[in-house]
Amino acid sequence: MDNNMKPDDKEKYGSDTGHEWDGIRELKNPPPRWWMISLHASWIFVVVYLFLYPSIPLLHGSTKGLLGWTMIKEYKEALTENDKIKAPFLSKISGMSAREILADAGMRNFAEQSTKTTFGDSCSACHGGGGQGKKGVYPNLTDDEWIYGGDIDTIIETITYGRQPAMPAHKDILDDASVNKLADFVIALSQGSATPEGWNLFKRSNCVACHGNDARGGNFNKNGSGAANLTDKIWRFGGNRDEVLQTIRFGVNQDFPESRKAVMPAWGERLSADQIKMLAVKVYSLGGGQK
Amino acid sequence: MSKPVEEDQNFEEELLNSDLYTEEGHWHVNAGGNTIHASRIPGFFRNLRWYAQSIYFFFFIGPYLQWNGQRSIYFDIPHRQFHLFGITVWPQDIWMLAVLLIMLAISLVAVTAIAGRVFCGYFCFHMVWVDWFTLVEKYLEGTPSKRRKLDAESWGLRKITLRLIKYVIWLSIGLFTAFTITAYFMDTKELLNGYLHLNAPPAAWGSLLINTIGVFVFTGFMREQVCFWLCPYARIQSVMIDRDTVWPTYDAKRGEPRTKYARGPKDSKAGDCINCNLCFNVCPTGVDIRNGMQEGCITCGMCIDACDTVMGKIKRPKGLIRYVSRNELSGKIVPGIYKRPRVIIYTTIILLALSGIVYGLNHIAPLEFTILHDRMPVYTEMSDGSIQNKYTIKILNKTPKDLLVSLNAEGVDGLKVISEQGEAFVLPAGKMIPFHVFLRVNQDVFKTSNLPVKFRVKGLENKEIDISYKSMLIGPKS
Ligand code: SF4
Ligand code: SF4
Repeated sequence: MDNNMKPDDKEKYGSDTGHEWDGIRELKNPPPRWWMISLHASWIFVVVYLFLYPSIPLLHGSTKGLLGWTMIKEYKEALTENDKIKAPFLSKISGMSAREILADAGMRNFAEQSTKTTFGDSCSACHGGGGQGKKGVYPNLTDDEWIYGGDIDTIIETITYGRQPAMPAHKDILDDASVNKLADFVIALSQGSATPEGWNLFKRSNCVACHGNDARGGNFNKNGSGAANLTDKIWRFGGNRDEVLQTIRFGVNQDFPESRKAVMPAWGERLSADQIKMLAVKVYSLGGGQK
Repeated sequence: MSKPVEEDQNFEEELLNSDLYTEEGHWHVNAGGNTIHASRIPGFFRNLRWYAQSIYFFFFIGPYLQWNGQRSIYFDIPHRQFHLFGITVWPQDIWMLAVLLIMLAISLVAVTAIAGRVFCGYFCFHMVWVDWFTLVEKYLEGTPSKRRKLDAESWGLRKITLRLIKYVIWLSIGLFTAFTITAYFMDTKELLNGYLHLNAPPAAWGSLLINTIGVFVFTGFMREQVCFWLCPYARIQSVMIDRDTVWPTYDAKRGEPRTKYARGPKDSKAGDCINCNLCFNVCPTGVDIRNGMQEGCITCGMCIDACDTVMGKIKRPKGLIRYVSRNELSGKIVPGIYKRPRVIIYTTIILLALSGIVYGLNHIAPLEFTILHDRMPVYTEMSDGSIQNKYTIKILNKTPKDLLVSLNAEGVDGLKVISEQGEAFVLPAGKMIPFHVFLRVNQDVFKTSNLPVKFRVKGLENKEIDISYKSMLIGPKS
């Protein structure tokens, strides 16, 4: 059996387990010490961990662990820490007017970044994640058409008190031919080819009360009516003929199912003045604002 | 390369037939069961090791060195800046670190190809610290034989006292090391105050604790085991060396058969080795170099010093153990260092990497400039029918001074630039405040929906600042 082993092999290789295959003996050498140390250190770590942290799953949740650590607690602590970092900025925001924030690049950036979630929660449902709105339905905040005004104070006012414009339905006021002519007129207007005839009809039909003598809308004429600018390329409710006809016939926020719906809720009830201030800064920055 | 193979085989044959291998079918695995207590013998390589180790002096004084009124080396993690002798490296320039690592790695490989594990034997912090720890042992507990006896002794007052003193000294070295390492990442004075007043930040305590314990355990107790089992370098040693690599080698032809030293003229058959085992006794990793090259050898040269001392005493020529390559030992003509392909390749890589670093350090841009094109919406139709794109501009001023710059865009006819910051504005030092820029253009320029534009930042006072960033203008295809 041991024919190719020298007598002093036992001493040299240590004792064996008595197993031997084809002259190959299985030795009983101890594992290296560092290895044993790591093994013991590992299970000691496991036991300590078992007691300190939630680890054993039971019927009604797991063991609690001596440290009382939970994931949600760690999350809340992180939130508190985050609030702590933000606190000095927020108190600075309270003391600043929206105009001052806009003039200070650092604070402006802070306001814009930290109001992201507020915007997402309150505004983006209608106005879209980037304020792009929805064509013909919800106003686009990134363009330069400001129905009520795009200066920072007006934006604050709009967010705080909301907006609910009204345009009368003309289907019972005007005859159908006039409605059709008016539609042709406003479409021509936005293309820069309006006729004097059209202007006359426009004035006679009393559109000027809200849209102004120049048809440039409530904001330009400072009458606060929320009437759209009809001379530019942007259409609040869509610019093809059928849509224009529908808007003229059934108006905005009237009691017809075909009437345009345009209601912006008042956020002053739900958001703090500072939140609205920061939101206004963000909205102002979306498209470059208006002086 | 095209040396006759035959010659090589002869040598192999000779080796295999020599006593060296027939006698020693011995395979010893050092698993750290016994602490290795090596003797210390003065000599050329011992001195060389001291000189080499002295570079760690700079490691210890590093945190106190000033350079032009600033810390010479300072890794400022909270501010994400690395200060190196007046140069500030930002994370954006970290590619240089990658190049540096490549250079160091290849240097290590190159040195290994030429002269073996020079790093291990002379510069490796682990072995250097082991050297100091064992020096402490020598003065405290005496010669290796005394130390071995003490290890075997049962725990009495003497042993406990000796051990306690030793551990306190070891821990102090560890503590000082840990403090020094940590000080590279914090203001040294502040850190020291923090430790003394117990109000240092948690990371500083963690670093102190981990490094102190690390040094204590790895250096004090694991020693050569770290080289054997933990250090990856020794694992790949065999692919880095070749037959031209010089290595501490026992000249078996000359030394065998080992014969006990006797007075009078030497027996003509006897080899030069007198089997005094001194080479084995001085080896810090417990290697008997007479068994040939092996994994445990860190090429410290202690065995060479030992054997040379012995040879000197018995008036035989020195160099029975010496730095020699295998080819040289077998009597071949060894090609000059720079004729070896490995050396040429490695040197080329090192030089390339080095020039990359030099270039990088000399061309650290004063500004980091990035532009994000807004995707929501991709473009906006304005009331006058023009198309507007929104961009978020991020410019980081990496210089220590405020900079007055202008921002412009070019590349499309009739481009109108509207910037929240105005045309000229100040970039505060070391800061990055994002802002928006709007580009407006007539709808009819969009022959394709994607037009290239280039933003350009120019220094108004520092004319050499002129950095461009390519972006695009998107609109409805007309
Ligand atoms: S064999 Fe010689 S060179 Fe290698 S580690 Fe031991 S003493 Fe140093
Ligand atoms: S020190 Fe030199 S002579 Fe002594 S055993 Fe080692 S190789 Fe032989």
